[in-house]
Amino acid sequence: MSGKVLMKGNEAFSEAAIRGGCRYYFGYPITPQNEIPEYMSRELPKHDGHFIQAESEIGAIMMAYGAGAAGGRVFITSSSPGIALFQEGISLMCSAQVPTVILTVSRCGPGIGGIQPGQADYFQATRGGGNGDYRVPVFAPSSVQEGVDMVYQAMELSDKLRNPVMIFTDGLLGQMMEPVVMPDFVPVPKSDEIRKGKPWALTGYGKDDSKRNTVTSLRIVPDVLEKYVHGLFEKYEQAEKELCRVETFDIEDADMVIVAFGTVARITKEAISMLKEQGIKVGLIRPISLWPFPYDVFNKISPKTKVVISAELSMGQMIQDVELGIAKRFPVRLINRTGGTIPTSLEIAERAKKIYEEIGG
Amino acid sequence: MLIVGELKFLKTHRKTIVTGHYGSGKTEFSVSLAMLLANKLSSANAALADSPYHRLALIDLDIVNPYFRSREQRELLENAEIRVYGSMYETEITAELPALGATVRTPLEDKNCRVIVDLGGNDTGALILNQFKKYFIDGESEMLAVINANRPETATVNGVLEHLSAIETATGIKVSKIVNNTHMLQETTADDIFKGNELCKKVSKVLDIPILCNCYPSRIVDETELTELPEHLLPLGLYLRPTWLDKT
Repeated sequence: MSGKVLMKGNEAFSEAAIRGGCRYYFGYPITPQNEIPEYMSRELPKHDGHFIQAESEIGAIMMAYGAGAAGGRVFITSSSPGIALFQEGISLMCSAQVPTVILTVSRCGPGIGGIQPGQADYFQATRGGGNGDYRVPVFAPSSVQEGVDMVYQAMELSDKLRNPVMIFTDGLLGQMMEPVVMPDFVPVPKSDEIRKGKPWALTGYGKDDSKRNTVTSLRIVPDVLEKYVHGLFEKYEQAEKELCRVETFDIEDADMVIVAFGTVARITKEAISMLKEQGIKVGLIRPISLWPFPYDVFNKISPKTKVVISAELSMGQMIQDVELGIAKRFPVRLINRTGGTIPTSLEIAERAKKIYEEIGG
Repeated sequence: MLIVGELKFLKTHRKTIVTGHYGSGKTEFSVSLAMLLANKLSSANAALADSPYHRLALIDLDIVNPYFRSREQRELLENAEIRVYGSMYETEITAELPALGATVRTPLEDKNCRVIVDLGGNDTGALILNQFKKYFIDGESEMLAVINANRPETATVNGVLEHLSAIETATGIKVSKIVNNTHMLQETTADDIFKGNELCKKVSKVLDIPILCNCYPSRIVDETELTELPEHLLPLGLYLRPTWLDKT
């Protein structure tokens, strides 16, 4: 596979993971991400990799915990209710500092909900549902190519951070076909080479290594745990500085700014060009990293801006981060759909115009 | 040979099964084919004036794809007087319920109805055809394989042969013609279509079956760029893709 090819999002993300060095995949079927376990079960063995269909999502993340602790590059995926079942394992892996790349192909909820796209797992991804103090870097692509690049880079990032990294896509990105260019395969260390890159990994007693490693989430002594958690947060503080990513345009000279991520950002771009034709200057902020959230970019919004809108496929979750970034300097409003319906660009443009007129623009 | 607007080459069998890998564009082809036939049927074009078919139906047997299915275009199709059959939950396009209504058999039994069957994306998806097999072994049917050479799985002769063999094994029905629908969505060029034609020619030779036509997205590629192709040309409408997907 060289040059540009046409791939379905789910297949492309899977191939990117393999090329990024993933040799372990554990999964359980759930729509709209089923092409991923299907692809991995077919393709991973061709690269001496291992695919296991777990008994549940809880089983899958615990297998990821084990394989990651042993130094393997692990990719696990699911969709919203399945990601809910991952939460215990995510907390464990953050605590034990075990890397893995998690991809969610988000659908709508709550509960079993439906199979159409949603972004109502923003809190689930950025705040997490596991226990304790931990953080997970979350990146949200708005095209298949961007998702491919993110999955590929997350493999390395997760190892470097010794922490799970999440890629937040939605059902539409998982199911859509787009032209993509695949990155090259990274070299994968043989089992006796793992300790060179991961001296903490559980690789057994080697010929030249008498040190016995322990990977654990249990620290029963309060002082020890407190010091350990502070250590984790020094790592997260550094990550916040280094990992923030955002796309913006025209926010320094806008009548109105729309904040949107993933699929909605793409629809919003077309809506913005419709509004521009009507003489309304609209800027866009597209958070690419959802944690760390790009709060600082909101300082660049022009003082003459009348309103900032958060456009989401939820009842309003990212809007809380938008409000933190705005810090009461501008009115903040929501344009949303939920339940699996995707707004058209015309709908976003009309609703944004109505808000703009109501605010006195 | 350029024969746009001349659809005699489509006037073959009463029942056309359309199969193809995910991303081959088989659903787009099925919808475009139905729309083209609907126009011809309603305008009583000379090419089809002697058509024995008074009705046109599209059966969506794609139960493995949760998104981008032909029944999502129900309104467009029904406005063109194309009857759409598929999931028994007819209005519930988002339901994850691979259940077909008994009415699916109606157009298959109606001798006056021209039928296009949009089949699922791989051999697993194609299995569903087995329960309707008796309708497709009567000499009134053909199975078209839509090929996109830009899809990694069907980019080589062996890849295509493997895919077609899996479909034929799953359904027990032989592919009768190949449709070259090599595309890269909005980035499609005439070169893509020529590249796909080369691949299809090789497959055609190995399997000894003809190429029915070369498809092209008429909004993106000009038909005059394709005049060197010896087979028929079929313009596709790109009915299924929202505009924002390709503008941004």
